[in-house]
Amino acid sequence: MKFGVVVFPGSNCDEDLIYTFESILGQEVARLWHKDTDLQGAEFILIPGGFSYGDYLRSGAIARFSPIMTSVIDHCNKGGFALGICNGFQILCEAGLLPGALLHNDSQKFVCKNVFMKAATSSTILSSGLEPDKVLKIPIAHGEGRYYASTQELKKLNENQQVVFRYCDKDGLFNSDANPNGSLENIAGVCNASKNVFGMMPHPERASDIALGNTDGRLIFESILNSMMVA
Amino acid sequence: MDTLTKDVATLEQAKNLGLLAEEFEKIKEVLGRTPNFTELSIFSIMWSEHCSYKNSIKWLKTLPKEGPHLLVEAGKENAGLVDIGNGVACAFKIESHNHPSALEPYQGAATGVGGINRDIFTMGARPIAQLNSLRFGAIDTDHTKWLLRGVVKGIGDYGNAFGIPVLGGEVFFDECYQTNPLVNAMSVGIMHADDMISATSHGVGNPVFIVGSATGKDGINGASFASKDITEESAGDLPSVQVGDPFQEKLLLEASLELAKTDAIVGMQDMGAAGITCSTSEMSAVEGFGMRIDLDKVPTRQEDMLPFEILLSESQERMLVVVKKGKEKIVQNIFDKWDLNCVQIGEVTEGGQLEYYMNGELVANVPAHDLVLGGGAPVYDREYKEPAYFAENKKFKIESVPEPTNLAEIGMKLLGLPNIASKRWIFEQYDTMVGTRNMSTNAPSDAGVVNIKDNDSALAMTVDCNARYVHADPKTGTAIAVAEAARNISCTGGEPSAITNCLNFGNPYNPEVYWQFVMAIKGMSEACLKFKTPVTGGNVSFYNQTVIDGKNAVPVFPTPTIGMIGVIKDKKKTMSLDFKEKGDLIFLLGESRDDISSSEYLANIVGTKNSPAPYFNLDEEFAVQKAVRTLIEKDLINAAHDISDGGLYTALVEMGLPRGLGFDITGDAAVREDSFLFGEAQGRILVSLSGSIEEEIIEELLSLKVPFSLLGHVTRGKMVIDDAHYGFIDDAAKIYNHAIERKMDSAVTDV
Repeated sequence: MKFGVVVFPGSNCDEDLIYTFESILGQEVARLWHKDTDLQGAEFILIPGGFSYGDYLRSGAIARFSPIMTSVIDHCNKGGFALGICNGFQILCEAGLLPGALLHNDSQKFVCKNVFMKAATSSTILSSGLEPDKVLKIPIAHGEGRYYASTQELKKLNENQQVVFRYCDKDGLFNSDANPNGSLENIAGVCNASKNVFGMMPHPERASDIALGNTDGRLIFESILNSMMVA
Repeated sequence: MDTLTKDVATLEQAKNLGLLAEEFEKIKEVLGRTPNFTELSIFSIMWSEHCSYKNSIKWLKTLPKEGPHLLVEAGKENAGLVDIGNGVACAFKIESHNHPSALEPYQGAATGVGGINRDIFTMGARPIAQLNSLRFGAIDTDHTKWLLRGVVKGIGDYGNAFGIPVLGGEVFFDECYQTNPLVNAMSVGIMHADDMISATSHGVGNPVFIVGSATGKDGINGASFASKDITEESAGDLPSVQVGDPFQEKLLLEASLELAKTDAIVGMQDMGAAGITCSTSEMSAVEGFGMRIDLDKVPTRQEDMLPFEILLSESQERMLVVVKKGKEKIVQNIFDKWDLNCVQIGEVTEGGQLEYYMNGELVANVPAHDLVLGGGAPVYDREYKEPAYFAENKKFKIESVPEPTNLAEIGMKLLGLPNIASKRWIFEQYDTMVGTRNMSTNAPSDAGVVNIKDNDSALAMTVDCNARYVHADPKTGTAIAVAEAARNISCTGGEPSAITNCLNFGNPYNPEVYWQFVMAIKGMSEACLKFKTPVTGGNVSFYNQTVIDGKNAVPVFPTPTIGMIGVIKDKKKTMSLDFKEKGDLIFLLGESRDDISSSEYLANIVGTKNSPAPYFNLDEEFAVQKAVRTLIEKDLINAAHDISDGGLYTALVEMGLPRGLGFDITGDAAVREDSFLFGEAQGRILVSLSGSIEEEIIEELLSLKVPFSLLGHVTRGKMVIDDAHYGFIDDAAKIYNHAIERKMDSAVTDV
């Protein structure tokens, strides 16, 4: 299966994703330059973390208008897969491909650390391969990661099992101390109604290399690969 | 030559620009005429302390510059280059941004990060890690909180967007830094040695390009501002502070590294201090060529900028590139791809003159060689004098401090002092993991460890300087800073390779300050020779002082920050600092001493500020470090942690915290209990190991001929010393982890 990693000029997790998918997971990866419109036959689009165009306005607000994003939006509307991580999640929300928005952290500070999270549903390709109730240790690194959605949207998200991950403590309990940014209902990742577009603030690619002593993030990518192979 | 001969500069203007009368005379001699104002501005900035190192170069030249792994000698390029094996070279350097940060902490710190990273990628290396070394005044004051918040946010916002992880650092609080914080930033990059770009120029007729951001009026005379005392009036210098744009820096990084892969360029240098003036003169002087520069072609942010403003602007995120004639298109295409300015502003000329034109009129004509360090820039021999306090410090007797009985209470108190407590409030605001190379996130270690992805090795790095020791005894204190850096590298299993230094001192015209400087250089040389870690480059920041009560200026503690790198040949053997399991044995390498001199305990709990540097012996230190590397190499230990600030007690707690484990140890009857627990005598390392190999390790340690003792064992969480209960590690964690947060975020309540 061919993956495509979008490269904005201010992306800084693009190489990390490419390294993870190419060198660790052995997949074919295309680099998708922001000024291009050709997805190069990639079936699964990855939008990396970083500061797409500097993000001085609002994270992801400009990126959604880039040439490559018009193709990505098309791809997703036709049912193609996409996952946005961190800044990529913000961009997908700005582009209207995912519900909700990401606000400044409640601490008003950038925060980078390991956090714990757990799948809230097994109905998506990101989580179907995870052991039920498995607590994952995954790093976060963001200033605007507080997930927000209207009460109605939130209700829909819960009913359709569109909340993919929630922050929890190391024992798997959802509580406010385990919520690193003030996200509604500890939401760390969501998907769209048809479950082909995903966004998450934590960085699984930072927990995929055995040399770094934590491979919990790789489980999520392996879940994707296994689901795709079955499909 | 009309413009050159009319509007000639006066001595008064020269003095206003910070030049001495004798320097003004020298300029007239060099030119054979009186300079005009633009030329005077050029000389004043190039001969400022910041650019010329005129008061330090004599001593800097005495530092060891040769080592087995050095590819580029110190001072030859923007940063030193070290061979780290497998064809990979490492460029690294530390630099200060103290004066801007004192006035405008956010932009001051941000542009410090930007500047040091540019030094690295200008050479063709991709930055893979950053470190920083920060000094502030008393944390309880609003001023310090404002500075700390601004500096940390500045470093974070710039570095996080630029996308290079912070791998380590240090933060130290003392009143001497109250109005003059120190902000030292280090960047480490890697490259293939063949891809190196030099900061040079040659080939008459080769075009000269300016690339990156447009030039504005920000930061004019920043280098001169950095070359004078910080006073009450310094706020008037605010326009001297530059403004950073990390997004532009990211574009410039990618474009520069693409450029490094082509054969289109002769040389490249970033524009830091003194902007176009410095880059054109330094690049030209290397091989004795000249340049003709048309200042009106420089893209500017404001209209009607005067020639001297364009020449002296320190607008960030700019580079000067000398391109091979006929290859302009290659360069242009790369910068177009990244949407960056790329404009030809001149060409290389015969002879060594720099001719600056504005709308066809020659506005300045100066010889490059006479402007630069190593050329005609002044070199001074400053007088120095041992200050009276030095002899006073040596009179300190440990007997003057009554032996305390409430040791457990002191221990907990120590853990909550800002110099000892966890700096997580600070480092969690930095992206420490971008790049997926940080091996220390999940395996905490004394030095930061970066994974070199395409081979078996890893790179260890650290910044260290206990300025209290250096103030107490500049020579010994600076040798300790080098030794501690090497100890941190050794405790991760790395072999120390080389250092970069950032020398933060007071006013060099004060003979007592200059004595501190000279002694520091001597101590550094001695230690660097012993560890075979040459000095690859760095930076000097004079004129750091704090004004007390609005009148008396007190120099900051002499602070020669040491940035060191070392190579871990087999990354699988990287050693962490955390206790692994209950029951593991704890050994001390090195000897306990009856010494509390200059310790955090003595300074901030007992309250005695005057004492000598702690015990230090360079040969013993070297032997202990070699021993720990051998134990790591032979897989005999499962944790190693050096004893430094806060003494043995603090080191034990730090080893226990990551996994919530405690310790049960026995003291040393030969020394006082406070010395044993809180003293900071150097040359000591704690290691832990599985009990099953006790005999094996004792045999090994005997053959290594270093003093050692078995202190005790790891517990499930209880902290016990000489059968006395010192609390639980969870209690220690509550104090240690949240002390700074409690000071900084008023909303945080007790946990």
